[in-house]
Amino acid sequence: MKYIRQFGIILGVTCAGEACRYLIPLPVPAGIYGLVILLALLAFKVIRLEQVKEAGTFLIEIMPVMFIPAAAGLVTSWEQIRGILLPLCVIVPFTTGFVMFAAGKATDYMIEKKKGKRDE
Amino acid sequence: MNDFFLNSAAAGVVLSLASYFIGTEIKRRWKWPVLNPLLISIVLVIGFLLLFRVDYDAYNESARYLSYLLTPATVSLAVPLYQQMELLKKNMAAICIGILSGVLASLCSVLALSVLFRLSHEEYVTLLPKSITTAIGMGVSEELGGYVVITTAVIIVTGVLGNMTAEQLCRVFRIKHAISKGIAIGSASHAIGTAKAMEMGEVEGAMSSLAIVISGVCTVAGAAVFAGLY
Repeated sequence: MKYIRQFGIILGVTCAGEACRYLIPLPVPAGIYGLVILLALLAFKVIRLEQVKEAGTFLIEIMPVMFIPAAAGLVTSWEQIRGILLPLCVIVPFTTGFVMFAAGKATDYMIEKKKGKRDE
Repeated sequence: MNDFFLNSAAAGVVLSLASYFIGTEIKRRWKWPVLNPLLISIVLVIGFLLLFRVDYDAYNESARYLSYLLTPATVSLAVPLYQQMELLKKNMAAICIGILSGVLASLCSVLALSVLFRLSHEEYVTLLPKSITTAIGMGVSEELGGYVVITTAVIIVTGVLGNMTAEQLCRVFRIKHAISKGIAIGSASHAIGTAKAMEMGEVEGAMSSLAIVISGVCTVAGAAVFAGLY
């Protein structure tokens, strides 16, 4: 019963996220609204962590599998991609690495800076 | 086989799960970074569909209960994020600046490379939202007049690429803190990369989840500005 209840709460929040998606004309998916709503509910202690923890952790653990159907759909877009395949083969790997570098290094730098200040 | 998939509520899910299981087994045995379980399972599923002449739509329909869980799973990312709330508050400035740097790096590098490869304006705006989560990225691409199908494909490839290389890249780039690693992975490769960040550690996973949300929303605004530049 515990897991059904937990899953029920998560689905309820998902539903609230879908309502936001329906009402707010922005290209923000229901899952993102739901994430923010659940975080707020946890932060304001409306929901306790124990009420969603196991089901939430389980869903996150199996998350990679959920991407398989969409990713296999790459076969259907092959025709459209073929035209710009060569530039894509450069742009996609390069930008992915570059973003990781920029975001990671900037965060590292800021953390170190703050630490340095504290040590003084 | 096609008919069977069309009428089965489990075949698509079973095929996906079995491929992923094979993927994790292969990964366990050889431990080579390119042998990413997600990549292997995608290749296996595509191979299966081609070999047995199953239409993608039939498979996708049959695997819909897996895709169905994606939204509740995204909502659940709030759980690890909440558990790291203290760390988040303490490092608020670093985290925000890190994510913003990632968003800017993404938009600028797509702009520079699009100019370099003389892509059309439509192709350029198609690529602008490549680092953010699929659902937001599709919306951005559509609004700016891009090719949504290509955007979706590029976003997925970006995610899988991030998932495959995140651990190694963080080491090569000497990204030190767990917080920074998470921010880097989430900013560069959204939810698919976050799946990897979750395996790396609780802090990495939580920060990566946060980066999906913030970089996604920032890119909506940023891409609109950048679309006017080329």
